[in-house]
Amino acid sequence: MLDQEQGYVTADGRQIGGTVMDMRNITLRFGGVTAIKDISFDIREGEIRAIIGPNGAGKSSMLNVISGFYVPQEGEVYFRGQKRAPMRPYEVARQGIARTFQNIALFEGMSVLDNVMTGRLTQMKAGILSQALWRGKAEKEEVENREICEKVIDFLEIQHIRKTPVARLPYGLKKRVELARALASEPKLLLLDEPMAGMNVEEKEDMSRFILDVNDEFGTTIALIEHDMGVVMDLSDRVVVMDYGRKIGDGTPDEVRNNQEVIDAYLGVSHD
Amino acid sequence: MTEPLNGENGLRSVPALFRRNAKNNPSAPAYREKEFGIWQTWTWTDAASEAEALALGLIDLGIKQGDFVAIIGRNRPSLYISMVGIEMAGGVPVPLYQDAVAEEMAYVLGHCGARYVIAGDQEQVDKVLEIQSDLPNFEKMIYLDPRGLRKYDHMHLHSYAGILENGRAKSGALATELKSREDALNYDSTCVMLYTSGTTGRPKGVVLSNRNIIEAARSSSEFDKLGAGENVLAYLPMAWVGDFIFSIGQAAWTGFCVNCPESQGTMQTDLREIGPTYYFAPPRVFESQLTNVMIRMEDAGKTKKWLFDTFMAHAKKVGPAILDGKSVGLLDRLKYALGEFMVYGPLKNTLGFSNVRIGYTAGEAIGPEIFDFYRSLGINLKQLYGQTEASVFITQQPDGEVRSDTVGIPSPGVEVRIDDKGEVLYRSPGTFVEYYKNPESTADTKDPEGWVATGDAGFFEPDTGHLRIIDRAKDVGKMADGSMFAPKYVENKLKFYPNILEAVVFGAGREKCMAFINIDMSAVGNWAERNNIAYSSYQELAGHPQVLGAIREHVEEVNRSVAQDDMLSGCQIHRFLVLHKELDADDGELTRTRKVRRKVIGEKFEDLVNALYEGKDEIFTETEVTYEDGRKGAISATLTLCDATTVVPAQKIAAE
Repeated sequence: MLDQEQGYVTADGRQIGGTVMDMRNITLRFGGVTAIKDISFDIREGEIRAIIGPNGAGKSSMLNVISGFYVPQEGEVYFRGQKRAPMRPYEVARQGIARTFQNIALFEGMSVLDNVMTGRLTQMKAGILSQALWRGKAEKEEVENREICEKVIDFLEIQHIRKTPVARLPYGLKKRVELARALASEPKLLLLDEPMAGMNVEEKEDMSRFILDVNDEFGTTIALIEHDMGVVMDLSDRVVVMDYGRKIGDGTPDEVRNNQEVIDAYLGVSHD
Repeated sequence: MTEPLNGENGLRSVPALFRRNAKNNPSAPAYREKEFGIWQTWTWTDAASEAEALALGLIDLGIKQGDFVAIIGRNRPSLYISMVGIEMAGGVPVPLYQDAVAEEMAYVLGHCGARYVIAGDQEQVDKVLEIQSDLPNFEKMIYLDPRGLRKYDHMHLHSYAGILENGRAKSGALATELKSREDALNYDSTCVMLYTSGTTGRPKGVVLSNRNIIEAARSSSEFDKLGAGENVLAYLPMAWVGDFIFSIGQAAWTGFCVNCPESQGTMQTDLREIGPTYYFAPPRVFESQLTNVMIRMEDAGKTKKWLFDTFMAHAKKVGPAILDGKSVGLLDRLKYALGEFMVYGPLKNTLGFSNVRIGYTAGEAIGPEIFDFYRSLGINLKQLYGQTEASVFITQQPDGEVRSDTVGIPSPGVEVRIDDKGEVLYRSPGTFVEYYKNPESTADTKDPEGWVATGDAGFFEPDTGHLRIIDRAKDVGKMADGSMFAPKYVENKLKFYPNILEAVVFGAGREKCMAFINIDMSAVGNWAERNNIAYSSYQELAGHPQVLGAIREHVEEVNRSVAQDDMLSGCQIHRFLVLHKELDADDGELTRTRKVRRKVIGEKFEDLVNALYEGKDEIFTETEVTYEDGRKGAISATLTLCDATTVVPAQKIAAE
C-alpha cells in the first residue's frame, strides 16, 4: 500500500504526488441491485488512473461516485483529505472536477465554440442585466473566458470546426469537443468515461496523445474508463480492475496484466 | 561579371530589405498569423527585431558563417523571419518539406550537413531525433511550439522563445559581431538553399544568391505592379521556391503583408477572412475548389441551380472578354453586372477571391475549363512558367494576353531560346549559382555562358510569341513506329476531368499506349451517392463497373481529341485500368510537389503494365503501402483491365 502523502515515480520518470481522491469501502445499490461492492482505491496527484472491467462491472457507476453524482450507501469519499458530503453538480465543478460522458452530452444545435464556452459558465459572475447590456464586467469576463477557450481549441486542434454546429460533426470530433469543454473549466481532476469508444485506430491514437498531453502540459490528474486494453495499458500509470461490482485487481499495467483473476474475468471461466 | 556587387541603394541582401522596411514602414504589417482565433500581427519593426534577436541567439549558440540551418514546419511568421535571421547571422537557411518522412529528411540534412535545425513542433522534432545518429554534423535543434516537448532531454534542444530572449539579452556583447556579419553579406552571398523535389533521382540543393532572389522579386513585382498594399496567403510548402519568392522575396522588396493560416483545416476560412489581392496556387487547388463548388451546386435547390447555370453560361460567353478589356455589347455587360450581383460576387466571396487582383497558377498544366471558369468570374488568373533554378520566373502572361494553353512571354530580364532538340533554355539574373556539392549536375544544366536547360520541350507560337510547353524533354519519346510519345500531354487531358485525379500513360518504345487512372474520391464518391451506388472503400469504388464505364467514356473522349493532333495521334490510349490505391508521395509514387514519377510507378506496378500489354482482362495484384507514420502494410486487389476505342486520324485514312 502506498503512503498517503508521499508519491511515487512512474516508469517514464514522472513524479506522482499524494492522494487527491480516496475511496474507502464504497458500496452502491440501486434497489436490490448492488452495483459496487466494498471497493477501496485512491487517485493521486498528476497520475493517469484507469478503471477497467467487462460490461456491467460497475465502472460508470464508480465514475459517477467519484464525480459526486451518486452518493454511495456505504463507505466514504475523501477529496483532498476532506470527507465529502452530498453536493450539487456545480459545486463539484467549482472544486475543479470535470468530466466527459460515454454517450456524448453536447448541445447539438450550438457551435463548437459555444459548447466549449459553456465549460466556463461556473467561472462567470456577471449578472443577467450586465450580460444583456454587454457592458463592464460582462464584456471583460467574456473576453477573458474566450481566451481560455481559444487556448483549449488550439491545444486540441479543432480550430477548423470552431464555428461548426456540433450536430454536423462526426463522432470522433464530437468526443474531442467534449474533452475541450471539460478542459475549458481548467480542471484539476478530469474524469473520462470511455473517451475512445467507437473510434477508429487513428482517432484513438490522436485521443491518446491528447490525454497524455493534457496530463503533461497542465499536470491534470486523469481518471478514465476504457475498454481498449492496448490503450489502457499504454496510457495509464495504475489500473483498477472491476468485475461484477467487485475490485479484482489494482496496480501498474504490468501487475494487472499478470493477475490471474483479471485474466479469468476477461477470458471467462465457468462460475460454479 | 560586370554587374555591380550591390543592388539598388545598397540593398544587397534580404536582411537589408527587412531593415529598410522597418525604417520606412515601421508600423506596416509584415506578417500575420491567426492564433487563438485572432489575427496576430508582426509589423516590419517586429519582424526585423525578431530576425535580429534570432541572429544574435544563433551567434551565441556558435553558428559560423556558411553554416546550414534547416527549417521544418508549416507556414508560420516566425519560421519565415527565422530564415532571414539565419542569413543575418551569416548562415544559410534550408527549408524542408514538412510532410517528408524521416528517411527523406535524413538525405537532405546529411547532404547539406546542417548543424542546426529549427523545427515547428513536436512531430518535426521527433523525426529529426529519429535520424540524428545518421547526421554527424547535426548539433542543436530549436523548436517553435513547445507543446509535448516538456519531458524531452534539453541538452541539444532549445525553445525558439528562449533563443530570442538570450539573443536580446546578449545584444550588447554581440552587436559588433552581428554587424560585421551583416555587412559581409552582398549580392553574391547565398540567400537560401532549396532542394528540388526530385522528380528524377535524388533531390539537388539549389543555391540561390541574394542577387537571384532580389532581382527576381524586383522584376516580377514591377511586371505585375505589386505594391505595399498587397495581401497574400502563405499556405504552400516553405521548401518550395515559389513560396520563398512570394513570402520573403517579393514581400521584403515591396513591403506587402504575408498572412499565415491558423491550421491546414482552416485554410479556406482564413482565405476568406484575408481576401488576398495576390494569390498563387497550383492547378490542383483550383481544380479541387471547382469540384467542391460543382458538388455543392448539384445539391442546391432548383432555383439556385438554374440561376447558377444561366449566369455561368453567360459568364463563359463574355467574362474573359470583359476581363481582357475587349469590346462587349451593352446588353451583355448589363447581364454580366446582374450576374456579378447575383452569382459571381457571392461565389468569389465564398471562395475568398473577392479582392484578387492577380492570381497565378503554375507547376502543371491547368485544364482549359477550370482556367476559363475562374477567368469568367472576373478573377485575373494567369499562368507562369518557372523552376527552382530560375528563382521561379521564366515566362509569364501579361494582363490581356492570357490563354490556357500557353505560358506567356519571357519575364522581364529573362532570355529564352529553344535549342535544336526542342528543349527550352533560359538565362536571367535569377539563374541559380550552383547545385550544392554537385558540380557535374551544375555543368550539365548550366553552360558556361549561363544558359540553363529546363528539361522541358516546347516552342514559341509564331504569331503571338507565347511559349508553349509540350512535355518533359526526356519523357518525350518515340513509340515503336517512330511517332512522337508525349505522355504528359495525354495525362493532362485526362486529368481535366473532375473524376480523374491522376493519370499515368505508358508507351515509350511500344506499339500502343496504355494508362493507369486514379479516380478523384470526392467527385466520384459524390456521384456514387447521387446514383445510389453503394461502396465501402476506395478500392471498391475504383473497381465499380459503372465507374469504369464513366472513365472509359473520358478516355475515349481524350482519344478523339488527341487524334486531332497530327504529331501526337499515336498517343491514343488503347487500354487502361483504374488503380486500387491513390498514388502517394509517401510511397514514392509522386514527388512532394505531387508530380507523377512515371518510371517508379512503371517499375512498381510492372505486373499491371505487362498485363495491359498482354491483353488480359483481369489481374490480381498486391501492393506495399506506407502509412503516414512510416509503418508499412500491403493491399491486394483484382483489377479489371478495360479496352478503349481509338480513332484513326483523318490523314492516315487518306494515305491508305
